[in-house]
Order: sequence, then structure tokens, then C-alpha cells
Amino acid sequence: MTFRARHLLGIEHLAPEEIRTVLDLAEKYVALNQRTVKQADSLKGMTQINMFFEASTRTQASFELAGKRLGADVMNMAMQHSSVKKGETLIDTALTLNAMHPDLLVVRHPASGAVDLLAQKVNCAVLNAGDGRHEHPTQALLDALTIRRAKGRIQRLTVAICGDIAHSRVARSNLILLGKMENRIRLIGPPTLMPSGVRDLGCEVYEDMREGLKDCDVVMMLRLQKERMDGGFIPSEREYYHRYGLDAEKLAYAREDAIVMHPGPMNRGVEIDGELADDINRSVIQDQVEMGVAVRMACMDLLARNLRTERGRQAAGVMA
Amino acid sequence: MTTLITNARLIDPEAGTDALGAVLIEDGVIARVFDTPDGMPDKSPTLRRLDADGKCLAPGIVDLGVKIGEPGERHKESFRSAGLAAAAGGVTTIIARPDTHPAIDNPETLEFVTRRAAEASPVRIRHMAALTKGREGREMTEIGFLLDAGAIAFTDCDHVVTDTKVLSRALTYARSLGALVMGHPQEPILSAGAATTSGKFASLRGLPGVSPMAERIGFDRDMGMVEMTGVKYHFDQITTARALPPLERAKKNGFDVTAGTSIHHLTLNEFDVGDYRTFFKVKPPLRSEDDRLAVVEAVASGLIDIISSMHTPQDEESKRLPYEDAASGAVALETFLPAAMRLYHAGQLTLPQLFRAMALNPAKRLGLPQGRLAEGAPADLVLFDPDTPFVLDRAKLRSKSKNTPFDGQRMEGRVLATFVGGRQVFGAEDWNA
Repeated sequence: MTFRARHLLGIEHLAPEEIRTVLDLAEKYVALNQRTVKQADSLKGMTQINMFFEASTRTQASFELAGKRLGADVMNMAMQHSSVKKGETLIDTALTLNAMHPDLLVVRHPASGAVDLLAQKVNCAVLNAGDGRHEHPTQALLDALTIRRAKGRIQRLTVAICGDIAHSRVARSNLILLGKMENRIRLIGPPTLMPSGVRDLGCEVYEDMREGLKDCDVVMMLRLQKERMDGGFIPSEREYYHRYGLDAEKLAYAREDAIVMHPGPMNRGVEIDGELADDINRSVIQDQVEMGVAVRMACMDLLARNLRTERGRQAAGVMA
Repeated sequence: MTTLITNARLIDPEAGTDALGAVLIEDGVIARVFDTPDGMPDKSPTLRRLDADGKCLAPGIVDLGVKIGEPGERHKESFRSAGLAAAAGGVTTIIARPDTHPAIDNPETLEFVTRRAAEASPVRIRHMAALTKGREGREMTEIGFLLDAGAIAFTDCDHVVTDTKVLSRALTYARSLGALVMGHPQEPILSAGAATTSGKFASLRGLPGVSPMAERIGFDRDMGMVEMTGVKYHFDQITTARALPPLERAKKNGFDVTAGTSIHHLTLNEFDVGDYRTFFKVKPPLRSEDDRLAVVEAVASGLIDIISSMHTPQDEESKRLPYEDAASGAVALETFLPAAMRLYHAGQLTLPQLFRAMALNPAKRLGLPQGRLAEGAPADLVLFDPDTPFVLDRAKLRSKSKNTPFDGQRMEGRVLATFVGGRQVFGAEDWNA
């Protein structure tokens, strides 16, 4: 078992064996979460603060539940209504919270790199719950766990990521993770929603969805992030659905046993057909939510172990 | 007082030579340049003899496009601190930008900053004035009065005048007075909100990027305006390969245009930003390595005329923010010469080529007598050792703001002494033999 990271800022910093460690431990928490009494004590006595500078329901609930099931004291701070509005800088906010001695800080922020910046200024473990268009590591890890459970492996698969790639941190974290685990990655979407230079990252890029889905094992749909649109990326929602919305007809181009994933929240009838999303034979969207709690428990458990070790070392250093 | 600097490696950008010799300074001007010891004056009580010990002596740098925080942001940089930093970096003439608060857009403000600069700075400072009032792109400034008050050129800096009707009138008016206008080639709508150059790096970091074509489009539009009005025009920063062929065409067609680039775009590329290091955020953003190499090549060939520091002091507070929100700009007066030495040591540019772009060409373009190592030229000189290695510590910079991208980096090249009008303004007094 290997997991050396001090913070979980992005998949970029994780080695393949560290990813495997998270997934293996998460399996144990999946079993725990299915029991009636869902209590462990890995984070007992520790304080977890969830700082969300951007609105979130699911991710925040998932982190809160994960922390509580591991015995941590969890505090939620909805930062979009707080002193940030009064002009306090991100670093000052971080230092203020740091003075309250949290052990785990879960942060979501609308600016890429903001969580990295914050992690430099605090002495607890920081988990990135999404920074701008940069990374969303726990989402990629929970997707990996979902795929591994459905497909029996997390390598040598052909995975299509479809939709608004340009504005998606989920797509970035996933393509880094799946690349590290040696999968074949296809990005499918209109060219206006495709970030430039992605071909250099070892992905295959398709503008035609049917062509791109051919022989895929996994189809990951992305939310069309309306709130991020400056306007004019696509002509209309209905044209988007016609060309890039996933329905049974388009899915037929993928492998017969291909699974359908979506990080949520879904826009039914925009990027995915409602019936398909509910098809228990193809869609693993509900499993993703379930895996989310387990993966976040695993991440926080591993970070807490490293934090204890580091503090132990510091204490020993002080005494010596 | 007369000074004789002997045993120096003379970098003459005009002749393109790099050879040992001596320089005699009298009454603030270069009285004679000697290739051989023949005819050098003997010891006399009024003669100060300095042995350069084989180090390089070049005309002082003329830095076109320096931001100083006066008026409005003196906590970021004052004429005093900028002047000291310049002297330590071998810059003997600062051409200051008008992007201050308020902008330098009327003769009264210009007279004020001219007086303040003369009182406070050990090096020469000349001022550019805004092309439009408040740099807002709506009404032209009093170009005639500003010229009378000493404005050396007109520019709205990084604010692009989007209203082409306003711009065409301002350029036509400037042309009638023979004024030089400096523009920022950038399509402002395409580049709005961008923090990086689009491409693999921007995509990986999830940062909003601008296509390098925005520079080319801006260039083409400005060239159209030059063709229409016949104004003397200087492009402040050409940083991409795509803008070079149209620049070459424009020069071949005989338009009175010149182009500059910044020392940061010559020595750094987009990947230097790394993990969101905001001290690397400049405007326009750092480019790909291919673009950097193309621009270095263009400086070597003379297609790009001028290298500037684009010195832009920013305080810690405006830089300690998420990358997208952080302010753009980097200080560079003091690191200009050591950074340029990277290009020399990499074998990409010779010392005469560098000083042609850093001293001779900017002086020529602005109609200044500086920038030459010839008899009769002002004795604005820099003595430096191109090989002295050091690790840059930003806390030791003389600028009030410490936002340098070179912090902690290994550099080569140190200024030993700087002379302005024959007077030594930087360097140890006691190295004279």
C-alpha cells in the first residue's frame, strides 16, 4: 500500500499505485456503507471543514457524509455568502480558518489553481473538491472505482468522454487518471467546447459522436454547463441534443456491454436521454454517487494517516 | 573632470564590433575611443583612470516602456526606486509609460512627472504621454502641447483603442506633428479574460487562453491604420511567430514602422508558469517555445528592432491571488541585462546584436543621441561582466515591488558600473587603478 501525498490537489500528482491504494481502501468502505451501522473511527477527534466558494449540493453532501461516517467533526461553510464578499482575500480566509486548527480542509473554488494556492498557506491536509476548470480528483477516483467494479479492471479500456470538455474539470481529472492507468481515451464534442492542444495529451478527438463511440467500453457524459457559458458556444440546446445527446441509437455504436456514466447533475434531454439514464442495465449513474462517499472516505482516511505521521515526526523533532 | 576607461571589451552596436580598447570621457561625452594604447593621455591630476580588466563596456540601455508608479502608485515604484534599480541594471535612459493613475494625458501632469523624475532619479527619464484622454479611447489628448512639454512618444499602453474612427483621427493628427505612436498589437475582444496562451498548457491547467492569432489580428488592424494615416508607429511587443511575416512585409513596403519585444518573452515560455506562479503572468501571456525561438531569431535578424524590459511593478497583494485574478506584469529593470546574457550564453545573440536592440535602436527611434559608443555621443555607459554567476534573490532588488519571475534562478552577468553623462551612478568607487 502506497500513498504519500500530503494533500489531494489533483490526479496529476498521484502515482498509479497511489490511485490503486485509494480504490482498494474505498472497496472496504463500500461494504461498510452498505451496513446498517455505518461507523468507523479513522477520523475520530479530527475536524473537517468544507469550504465551498461555489454552490454545490451533491459533492458537499458526499464529503460531509464521508467525514461523519469516519467520526470527524464536520463543519460546512458556504463561502459565497461570507466575508469573501467583504473583500477578504482567499489567503486571509485560509489563514483565519487555519488558526482554528482543522485537520482536513475540503475546498471548492471557481478559479483554477486556487486550491493549490490555499494549500501552500495552511498546515492541514487539503482536498480539492473542484477548482475552476482545472481538476476534480475525487470525481475521477470515484469514476475509476465505478468502472473497475463494472468492468473488472481499470486498464486497457476504451473510454469516451463526451460533451463540454473545455469547461470541465471532471474531464481533465478523468483523462489524466485514465491515461495513467493506460486506457485509450476519446474526447467527443463540438470543436467550440474542445480545449486546444488536447491532441498532444494523448487523446483521440472526435467531432462526430457515432464515430467516436464505436467500440467504446465506457461512455462518460458531461453536463452541459450552462452557468459557465459566456454565450455562443453552441447554436441551441436542441441542436446539441440532436448531435451530441446520448440516446439508445447513438449508444448502439459502442460495445454491447458499454456502461454509461454521468457526474451529475444531469440535464435530461440536453446531453442524455432520460430513459437511458434510468436503464439499470447500462447506466451506472447511481453507483457513481454511492462510490463517491466511499472514495471520499478512503481519501480522507489516507490523508489523515499521513497527517498523523507527519505531526508525529514534527513532535519527535521538537523533543530531540 | 576627465575619465579614461582602459582595457575594456568595447561593445559597439553601431559598428557591430566587440574588441578591446579604451574610452576617454570629457564633459559628459565620449571624447575619444581608442583601439590601441597610442595617443592615450598620460597621468595627470585631473584624469581619473579606470582599468576595466577586460570586462565589457557598452552604451547604456535605453528602456522603452517602463511603468513607474508616479503618480498614483508610489508604493509600487517611485522615480527614486526605479532610477536606482535602473542604474544597478545598466539602464541609463528610462522611457516611462503613461499608464499611471491618473494617466499622463495633459501637459500639467507631464510637467509634474518630468520635474519629479529629474529630482529623484540617478538615470535619465523621458516620458511618453497617453494617445487618448484617460487612455479610454474616446478623445485624443493635446498632442501638440504634450510634445512641447517634452513627450517623447504617445501610447495608450495595453489599452487598445477599439474605436477606429477615434484612432484614425488621433494618428492623423500625430502624423501632422511628426509624433511617434506606440501601439499594443492585440485583438482586445478575442483576448478578453485570457490569462495564458491557448494550447496544451492552458488546457491542462484549466486556465482561459487566448489564441496567438489575437496578436496577428491586432497587428493587421494597426497596419491598416498606419497605411491609412502615414503615422510613425512602433509595435510595443511582438511575441508570436505568426505576426512576423506581416511585420516583414510592412517594413519591405517602406512604412515607417518598428517593432519591439520584451525580455521576458525572449527568455521564458508558457511552461515556466508551472503550478500557477503568478509572477510569470505578463501581458501578453508567455508564449510557446516555438514562438519564443522565432522571436529571438527575429531580433537577431533585425526584423524586431527593440528589446524592452516592460518593467511593471506589482505589489504582493495583487499577485497573491488565484492565477486568473492576479495582476499582470513583472519588474525587470535590474534583471534586464542578466536575462539578456542568457541569450548571449546560449549563442543566440551576440553582445553587439543585443545592444543594438537594447540601446542603439530605441535611441534612434526616439531621436535621442544615446545608444552609441562613438566620439561625441553622451557618456551613458555600462560596464559589466557577462560571466559572473549569481542566484537572484528578489528581496535584494532595488525596486519597491519584487515581482520578478527570476527569483531563485541562476543567472549570469553583473553590472559593475553605470555612467550617465560621464558621472558614475552605480558601482564601487574604488576599482580604479
